[in-house]
Amino acid sequence: MFEVIFLQFLNGLDKGAAYALIALGLTLVFGTLGVVNFAHGALFMLGSFCAVLFRQLLTMETVTIDPTKLSPWGAPLEVRAPLVQAWFGDFGAVLVNYSVPASIIITIPIMLLVGILLERGIIKHFYKRPHAEQILVTFGLAIVAQEVIKAFFGPNPIPQPMPSDLRGAADIGAFLGMQANVITYPIWRLVYFLFSAVIIGGVFAFLQFTTFGMVVRAGMADRETVGLLGINIDRRFTIMFGLAAVVAGIAGVMYTPLLPPNYHLGMDFLVLSFVVVVVGGMGSLPGAVAAGFLLGILQSFASMTQVKALIPGIDQIIIYLVAVVILLVLPRGLFGRRGVMEA
Amino acid sequence: MTLLKRGLSRRRVLQTGMAGIIGSGVAPLMFTKGAWAQEFCNNPTGDTVTFGLNLPLTGAYAEEGADEQKAYELAVRHLNGEGDGGLIGVLTPTALKGNGILGKKVAFVTSDSQTKADVARAGATRMIERDGAIMVSGGSSSAEAIAVQGLCQEMGVIFMAGLTHSNDTTGKDKKRYGFRHFFNAYQSGIGLGPVLGQEYGKDRRAYHLTADYTWGWTQEESMKAATEALGWETVQAVRTPLGAGDFSQFLTPVLNSGADVLILNHYGNDMVNSLTQAVQFGMRDREANGKNFEIVVPLFSELMAKGAGANIKGIFGTSNWHWNLQDPGTVAFTKSFGAAYGAPPSQAAHTAYVQALLYADACERAGTFYPPEVIKALEGHEFDGMGNGATLYRAEDHQCIKNILVVQGNDNPTSEYDVLNVVQEVQRDAVSYDPAIFGGDLGPAEPAPLCA
Repeated sequence: MFEVIFLQFLNGLDKGAAYALIALGLTLVFGTLGVVNFAHGALFMLGSFCAVLFRQLLTMETVTIDPTKLSPWGAPLEVRAPLVQAWFGDFGAVLVNYSVPASIIITIPIMLLVGILLERGIIKHFYKRPHAEQILVTFGLAIVAQEVIKAFFGPNPIPQPMPSDLRGAADIGAFLGMQANVITYPIWRLVYFLFSAVIIGGVFAFLQFTTFGMVVRAGMADRETVGLLGINIDRRFTIMFGLAAVVAGIAGVMYTPLLPPNYHLGMDFLVLSFVVVVVGGMGSLPGAVAAGFLLGILQSFASMTQVKALIPGIDQIIIYLVAVVILLVLPRGLFGRRGVMEA
Repeated sequence: MTLLKRGLSRRRVLQTGMAGIIGSGVAPLMFTKGAWAQEFCNNPTGDTVTFGLNLPLTGAYAEEGADEQKAYELAVRHLNGEGDGGLIGVLTPTALKGNGILGKKVAFVTSDSQTKADVARAGATRMIERDGAIMVSGGSSSAEAIAVQGLCQEMGVIFMAGLTHSNDTTGKDKKRYGFRHFFNAYQSGIGLGPVLGQEYGKDRRAYHLTADYTWGWTQEESMKAATEALGWETVQAVRTPLGAGDFSQFLTPVLNSGADVLILNHYGNDMVNSLTQAVQFGMRDREANGKNFEIVVPLFSELMAKGAGANIKGIFGTSNWHWNLQDPGTVAFTKSFGAAYGAPPSQAAHTAYVQALLYADACERAGTFYPPEVIKALEGHEFDGMGNGATLYRAEDHQCIKNILVVQGNDNPTSEYDVLNVVQEVQRDAVSYDPAIFGGDLGPAEPAPLCA
């Protein structure tokens, strides 16, 4: 039974890492700019399509038609030659193999640009407007983003293979000195968990230990006073929006081998990430991370057969059930502060 | 006053009037009985006849929907005498002439069902009421098929189901106006069971992950029956939501459940995701109970197999049809589809194409679009040449009885489409069954209800 519970806990951490990473960016935007950003899921989705785009560029081929031969289904035979391998040889092959993590290189500048343009172009006009209007405009942006992606990449999921060295499962049980082949877990999911931990730690360290972060935190606490000190807090907040977009984007990139990206990927995560933020406490970064892991672990345990035998269908409702209970007991969420989103 | 002066009483006037009213109302009914019978939903009066194509272009089964659309468009071209004629030349017997249907050109309208039953029903309603569809076809989900089939029965429009594999479609939810060419979950079990016994032995413990809707339930039930008949034990059967995406929380408990076979009653994107994730969990490299751990996918989607890549190698399943069969019908269809779209057709495309042709042929044989007559032409119809051998459209449940395929993921594919090997062509007598076992009632054909 220990191994079953351990594996389910590991799965919860893995799911929780994804939830926490998305919720972190959402909270970052809400905590700094006070904007309820319903386009955050779309940023996650856009990031995942950066990985798709990068791989498509890497796997471009020259296609020549051989009129003398026919394919088994009767069409003229297409002879394909991959370009990157032709240009870069073995390095090209390695690049294609590691296309998902390598695509982070293009994802960071793209998402930073998308974030800054979004904030300067649209979001800044809604700072002083009611939250309902912010929700409407960002939800509209999310729909526009997904339709644009659908138009360019089609409606179907596009599988992204993980690097061949990181396929398969790691024998964690044997690593911990227990029986072999009992506690095994997919390597890429472990990589994703570690990646999330690094990003979450990096964001916290950035806010905690850099002057920029200190100013941003001061601005989150009292925007007007920081402004009166002669600091251009708006520019820093714009950069924070870009940073949140980058966090969402690279979270999307690294998720692609687990779930082939499609245009509505963002919407699939949107509701869940908002529940995470609300449970954690609006505007609280530690709250978002804690709630992400808590809900991930609970969802994983609720999917166990033994639990489902006791309460059928619990795996589908556990997250919302816990959210209701937490909000009844702690109306501001786990780490919510007084005065946030309160009239 | 004048009439009364001529000796006509008020009673006489009333009697005459009543007789006139009754006479003028009833007589046309008596003398135009045949014409009355032709008043039915969307009776085509112009020089075209419209098919309503309900396609899941988005959602879990979007790949199938896109391929079905290509097949329908090809079928319409062939029916109208364009292109190489496709399967019209090999269908026997056939009344098709390549000039449309009953001299009318075939047109079509489409609707994206989003792989959702409620959207599919709304789309079908729109195509019948607004666009005047004489026949509705399509769908890649049994939930959609059952919902649309029920609607078509109410509205008096024939539904030629696309890809639907649930036993319920031609079982407890069968309808007089609904017809299915595709095989079903029960037939998958009958076909696949003996091959699994032969390959994996009779002492196995199976764990099912099942899509939580009508198709998944009947697929699970059929696979349980087939494997338990072999002597296998069912360890657990867990339902998963359609379009779950991440199946990891359902896969983790499989690892130490004592099972040595995982049966994935999933289709479409769900199948790709659950299979890919199961392989990521190392299930194909595991040993359990002293045996290699095996994965079985009872209903293969070759389009999805393409997406699942190498994960599908060596895995057993069933299929309605596969493009690399060598009968004249399959060769003709694969050539025609390949020339048009640069890729071989999927089983979803095949069944969609065949259904369009069979409907057209039935109208030609009936000499009318009047649905009850078309239904009579389809019920009990024997035909051949469509790639599945001699086929019967069974009158009792509107299920096509024909050969089905047991397939296996190809270990050495020669192209991205060469993903499956046909292991066995299970003959139609072996997969035939008593339609009474699934119950249901077809309902009436006549009088044909009037839509709108």
